[in-house]
Amino acid sequence: MSTANQRPPLVVAPHYGALVFLALCCIAPIVVMFATSLKLQTQIFNTGIEFIFTPTLQNYRDVLNESGFDRYLTNSLTVGVVSTAITLVLGCMAAYGLARFRFAGRKTIAYTTLLLRTVPLAVLAVPVFIWNQAGLVNSLGGLILLYVAVNLPFTIWLLYGFILQVPIELEEAAAIDGCGPVQVFCKVVLPLIKPGLAAASIFTFRIAWNEFILALVLIDCATRTLPVAASLYITDIGVAWGKIMALGSLIAIPPLIFTFIAARQIITGLTAGAVKG
Amino acid sequence: MQTPRWVPLLYLGPAVAVMAVACLYPVLSALQLGFYDWSMGTPWSDAKWQGLDAFSRALQDPAVWRSLRTTLLFASVSVAAEMMLGTALALALEGKVRGMAFFRTLFILPMMIAPIAVGLTWRYLFDAQFGLLNALIGTLGIEPLGWLANENLPFVAIVIADIWQWTPFVFIMMIAALANVDSAVIEAARVDGANWWQSTFLVKLPMIANVIAIALLMRTIDAFRVLEVIYVLTFGGPGDSTEILSLHIYKTAFVSQRLGSAAAISVLRWWWSRCCRGSR
Repeated sequence: MSTANQRPPLVVAPHYGALVFLALCCIAPIVVMFATSLKLQTQIFNTGIEFIFTPTLQNYRDVLNESGFDRYLTNSLTVGVVSTAITLVLGCMAAYGLARFRFAGRKTIAYTTLLLRTVPLAVLAVPVFIWNQAGLVNSLGGLILLYVAVNLPFTIWLLYGFILQVPIELEEAAAIDGCGPVQVFCKVVLPLIKPGLAAASIFTFRIAWNEFILALVLIDCATRTLPVAASLYITDIGVAWGKIMALGSLIAIPPLIFTFIAARQIITGLTAGAVKG
Repeated sequence: MQTPRWVPLLYLGPAVAVMAVACLYPVLSALQLGFYDWSMGTPWSDAKWQGLDAFSRALQDPAVWRSLRTTLLFASVSVAAEMMLGTALALALEGKVRGMAFFRTLFILPMMIAPIAVGLTWRYLFDAQFGLLNALIGTLGIEPLGWLANENLPFVAIVIADIWQWTPFVFIMMIAALANVDSAVIEAARVDGANWWQSTFLVKLPMIANVIAIALLMRTIDAFRVLEVIYVLTFGGPGDSTEILSLHIYKTAFVSQRLGSAAAISVLRWWWSRCCRGSR
């Protein structure tokens, strides 16, 4: 990098100051959520800013002891992991097919995939709800199928960009060495798009884990997921703030873990399709 | 490479099948649903064919147009603010700084948190009595505001929540794009006598134009799909001041139980957003 990007020392402090301020803005609501989860209802209704208070784990105890919690957790985990796995497999295969092969209907599929990316979930909710009532989709399997379908367009788009960056000469060399087309895909291409796969899996899991509307419409007591369980704390009488924040904090844990472990992959995934090189 | 005919089918088949069944087919059946007058709970054989009635009713329904207007306003204000803020911040804060990776990690957090948690937290922050925002402006001597209950404030509230959640996304994309800008070009412009404004707006920004376009496209698409945050924050209220189209569809379908109408609206809306994309 040339000297144009280096800043004179005088400018560095405000630079850091601005970054710190922005970072605080980003995490402030999250900290509030977490802090509220440690307060009792009476403390929550206390007006004014209270930075020092005695934390309590009562909300977490209440939430974890809730009769369905284990079930909700299992449901969310199942849906999240399974839909991510399926989306990855189908998505990378489809992205590879779109990137490397020429065939009739290729443009149609590509265009339709992009279009499906724009479908708001509310549009899907209506017919899917009807199928649910008819007994067709009333299960975690249906929800998983939906999540896969909803996440495939983005995953394909993401991986398509990564696959395009793999030099085709590598694949041709492997083919000359005797690899069949499937082996070329598995042994040559897949290892090279690992960052893309990581990013795609994080995004897909995040959506499946956090998703609320479709889960709300589709599930019943047995298949309830965590985000929907959280909404149950909003009642006509009032909102059980402490418990809802506790559950919200718990729901936020996997994405938080992913963020801290895989921040680089996430950013690479976001920017790879857009920024060349 | 000589590839047998069936190979693309193998690669694309499963994905296309899933998307067709679980995404395309529901949308098409929503279209079909729009042609019938049907309430939940009644058998399908009772559904009356109503042709384009639901569609024309939807197009004439002032509530639909109001929610469309709200959606457009919300999307344009939020996306414009996010793009400008994100880009401006990226321009101001680009350059190698030690520890940038750590900051970037923190900047990703808003978009990773569950939208429903985001909505709930902001609902708490905006609360008129014990919300943090009113407490903060109270220290500045301003009267507490009814963020979620006033006439125009709820709209501001949902915009603020959206800006909080997605400006970091724009910021990160712009920083990455700016990092790839060849500084030699900027230096050349400076040598040629360009001042800061000119070198930024006439040289730098055009060089990252494609990233700006992609960020703009992604944000616009997603702004139109917002539902969960607003569902929790205001549920369209007060009245219908924050009832964006997604929420209107949801309410029509599940609160008023008018599924045919909801399907019609949702199809119209998807077709409309498709046209917007197609015109790009």
